[in-house]
Amino acid sequence: MLMQFMLLFSRQGKLRLQKWYVPLSDKEKKKITRELVQTVLARKPKMCSFLEWRDLKIVYKRYASLYFCCAIEDQDNELITLEIIHRYVELLDKYFGSVCELDIIFNFEKAYFILDEFLLGGEAQETSKKNVLKAIEQADLLQEVN
Amino acid sequence: MPAVSKGDGMRGLAVFISDIRNCKSKEAEIKRINKELANIRSKFKGDKALDGYSKKKYVCKLLFIFLLGHDIDFGHMEAVNLLSSNKYTEKQIGYLFISVLVNSNSELIRLINNAIKNDLSSRNPTFMCLALHCIANVGSREMAEAFAGEIPRILVAGDTMDSVKQSAALCLLRLYRTSPDLVLMGEWTSRVVHLLNDQHMGVVTAAISLITCLSQKNPEEFKTCVSLAVSRLSRIVSSASTDLQDYTYYFVPAPWLSCKLLRLLQCYPPPEDGAVKGRLVECLETILNKAQEPPKSKKVQHSNAKNAILFEAIALIIHYDSEPNLLVRACNQLGQFLQHRETNLRYLALESMCTLASSEFSHEAVKTHIETVINALKTERDVSVRQRAADLLYAMCDRSNAKQIVAEMLSYLETADYSIREEMVLKVAILAEKYAVDYSWYVDTILNLIRIAGDYVSEEVWYRVIQIVINRDDVQGYAAKTVFEALQAPACHENMVKVGGYILGEFGNLIAGDPRSSPLVQFNLLHSKFHLCSVPTRALLLSAYIKFINLFPETKPTIQEVLRCDSQIRNSDVELQQRAVEYLKLSSIASTDVLATVLEEMPPFPERESSILAKLKKKKGPGAVSGNELEEGKREGGELNGAGERPGDSSAIGASNASTPSPSADLLGLRSAAPVSAAPPSAGSLLVDVFSEAGPAAPAAGANDDGFLSSAPPSVVSEDPAPPLPESDELLNKFVCKNNGVLFENQLLQIGVKSEYRQNLGRMYLFYGNKTSVQFVNFTTTVSCPGELQSQLNVQLKPVDPLVEGGAQVQQVINIECLTVFSDAPLLNIKFRYGGALQNLTLKLPVAINKFFQPTEMSSHDFFQRWKQLSQPQQEAQKIFKANHAMDTEVLKAKLLGLGTALLEKVDPNPDNFVCAGVIQTKAQQVGCLLRLEPNAQAQPGEQMYRLTLRSSKDTVAKRLCELLAEQF
Repeated sequence: MLMQFMLLFSRQGKLRLQKWYVPLSDKEKKKITRELVQTVLARKPKMCSFLEWRDLKIVYKRYASLYFCCAIEDQDNELITLEIIHRYVELLDKYFGSVCELDIIFNFEKAYFILDEFLLGGEAQETSKKNVLKAIEQADLLQEVN
Repeated sequence: MPAVSKGDGMRGLAVFISDIRNCKSKEAEIKRINKELANIRSKFKGDKALDGYSKKKYVCKLLFIFLLGHDIDFGHMEAVNLLSSNKYTEKQIGYLFISVLVNSNSELIRLINNAIKNDLSSRNPTFMCLALHCIANVGSREMAEAFAGEIPRILVAGDTMDSVKQSAALCLLRLYRTSPDLVLMGEWTSRVVHLLNDQHMGVVTAAISLITCLSQKNPEEFKTCVSLAVSRLSRIVSSASTDLQDYTYYFVPAPWLSCKLLRLLQCYPPPEDGAVKGRLVECLETILNKAQEPPKSKKVQHSNAKNAILFEAIALIIHYDSEPNLLVRACNQLGQFLQHRETNLRYLALESMCTLASSEFSHEAVKTHIETVINALKTERDVSVRQRAADLLYAMCDRSNAKQIVAEMLSYLETADYSIREEMVLKVAILAEKYAVDYSWYVDTILNLIRIAGDYVSEEVWYRVIQIVINRDDVQGYAAKTVFEALQAPACHENMVKVGGYILGEFGNLIAGDPRSSPLVQFNLLHSKFHLCSVPTRALLLSAYIKFINLFPETKPTIQEVLRCDSQIRNSDVELQQRAVEYLKLSSIASTDVLATVLEEMPPFPERESSILAKLKKKKGPGAVSGNELEEGKREGGELNGAGERPGDSSAIGASNASTPSPSADLLGLRSAAPVSAAPPSAGSLLVDVFSEAGPAAPAAGANDDGFLSSAPPSVVSEDPAPPLPESDELLNKFVCKNNGVLFENQLLQIGVKSEYRQNLGRMYLFYGNKTSVQFVNFTTTVSCPGELQSQLNVQLKPVDPLVEGGAQVQQVINIECLTVFSDAPLLNIKFRYGGALQNLTLKLPVAINKFFQPTEMSSHDFFQRWKQLSQPQQEAQKIFKANHAMDTEVLKAKLLGLGTALLEKVDPNPDNFVCAGVIQTKAQQVGCLLRLEPNAQAQPGEQMYRLTLRSSKDTVAKRLCELLAEQF
């Protein structure tokens, strides 16, 4: 269940986080981002969360002002990917305390660290909320000690 | 500024981010960024050594700028320096920068790898995880070279922390995907598989992704994971919602792990061990049962997680395709989802049902939902859902519901989104042809298609309707009448004019009796469209006109008048002008007899694969097949690329002309090749081209017969025949799907083979070529049938000349009679003296049971009926194996045809699958065989697999054919 990439972008189309799990050139990444942001923003609220795009499946969900958008392969499970997104949102929410877009803008590095604890190489590494947050908090502790 | 700033915040960074956000325009933003870049550059270049904090802050700013979409061309060195900091926070930012921004600057990679190596050996789990994350994020080949050996050790070591194990597993997976050749599991295999039993659910969750990927590539080595996965799954499925503590997600126990387990099982066929299989079936039943239970929470997360498992379970049930009961239950469950209020579920149910429709067990069950699906096509508000509905209708279509489905798809086309129209048109055209019971319905459908969506009707579609009308004389009158009516519309699509021109030019006479469609009326109708059409269509119409002159002499003056007018005879387009001039001349000088000959009705097109199907397939693109293989495919299967023929344009006349071989066809200004000349070579001619230098088979055989009186009888050689060459089985495999080729070659001798089979008899020609300049003496050959083969096969060898001159080739004929079914191949022993030394070699003669196949054509219904009749376990043989060659449909077809069976088109509901039928003719009995080959063509190259199933009325035959064929793809 290899996730190809995950993008977070705002309703205005500003990219807030990008994580690529397959090797692509910068040019290609920009092209994909532009195309997908446009496609997803054009969709109406009640539409389904999945769409076919090139030979991939796109799974997306909007949380407040942010869109979370993942690309998975043809045989992959859309619903479980939707819940990957949700779990990531929960992790962000728990860590920042009622997360909002600004948290992710100003603490983008934290958003990446949390994601790396949760997903690695496009696969779920640790699905327990407690364990992921424990790892992040331990790291924060290390920062303060140093 | 936001309140939250955990750990140690970087004030300078926050200020910078705020500045950027306050920029009113893109220009202001760029200005601010450039200022910052200049500042950072000067800091990095400055004399004063930066402290770790500043370095971290600036690297982080660079990262932010990069993520905004700007290029960053410095700072890499500073980031690498951060890696070796012993402050966690600095190291972490360094790794993040590298992960996001690494390029394959080899100098840098070495430094990065050094830092990673230090962290991996630090025994500090937090540092180790950071290093592993970095490898997994970058995943470059250089990293694989450096660490692929070390990580498996970390993964299985007893004292590794759980969190490090998790990172190591996924890190290894990433390296395996980048450089599979560098990741060697070997001795670790069994310990890695046993991670499925690990106490820690997180370790299992991470490890299973690795195991799944490795299993796909090496199913044999990892097959012990099946029973472990089943027992793990069974424990999760039967656990209460609180048992798994934090791994329970909205009352669903371990949904991610469950999905991954079900996914792993899809790499394998159903478990052979009865107990394991029983347990698994129980799990699948429990999952299906749970879907019916009332939800434990109203939250969408609960139902999503639960249904994610359900869909994965259904995918496994479909993959097995062997449990009718589960398949039907799955279908019913999906049926409920079709009307669910959640759009997502409706979408997924439609998608999943598409695959269920191609299983023989659930096809009927899927069909019961037709009304709901049609309704979805009409009422869904989201085009992606409508697209799924259209796909499902296509998949569930068969003879019983074709008329309804085609009608619905046609009416949907009127309002369909532009993005999916072309595909819809192709699908309607394919279904209409595939399930046409009466061809008038087919003609109506295609003409409707052109009327409704003319712009999206590709050439293949209208070529095809013409091919069919030409080949079926029962529909020609109807087609002429219908197209005549369609042309009455004031604005009709140009494609309609093309079809109309072509059909009336051929068959206008069939409706000319009716005064409402008299010849002149027909002509005037066509000509009223002429000026609005493009050049190719006008060219086609001109050809139709000259055909009218032949069909209806009374139209000659009118048509000549048209041809003669300046806009034709002086047309600026060379093609149109040439046609006008030549047709005019032809009509004035040729006698009616000559005219009738030249403009004769089109001969039928050779029956071929639908060019529309070819077009739909073409979307997948040609596989990477070597020229050689393609060449072979063509030779054995005849011309398979049916798309090449074009009834359009001017070929109407070209075809009539093709019977006269003179190049005078140019007279009519033809551009395209005439379809008739493209007819596939007759089956007989296929045999000759492999050894063309040996001359046609029959006379050569005759010569040999003459010579047998003068040749010495096979001399007695004292030495026993040598044992068969070790490679003889491999050599044999080359000839399963073909009859001609080089059987063996070494430095001295080349042996070619050519063979023909009829009923239970075969004749084989062996060509022994002396590759040296020295003669072979005492050349003798014998054939033996070891063991029971003696009573199964009767092999007679004609004598061969005992002297083979240097550079010469001699031929030997072998007659073969198949008495009853057999498995082994006869042995061919060859002995001769070359420069005094005795040469003695034994090969297997390329005779396998499939050579005695008689192809059997049958309908889909008959096929599946017989398939079900042959349902006893011993009547079936099945193999799942990796593709050794690219999955090129045409090559596969050629091979299956080469096998000797009939390749049945439009039988399997899944168009990717192949089914074949044939009867093996032996003297004692006839053995019916059915074959089904299912490729997973969508998989990545390297992961492509086949499932091959054979059923036969005689058990040994299915098994033997399965063995023979599994080596071929």
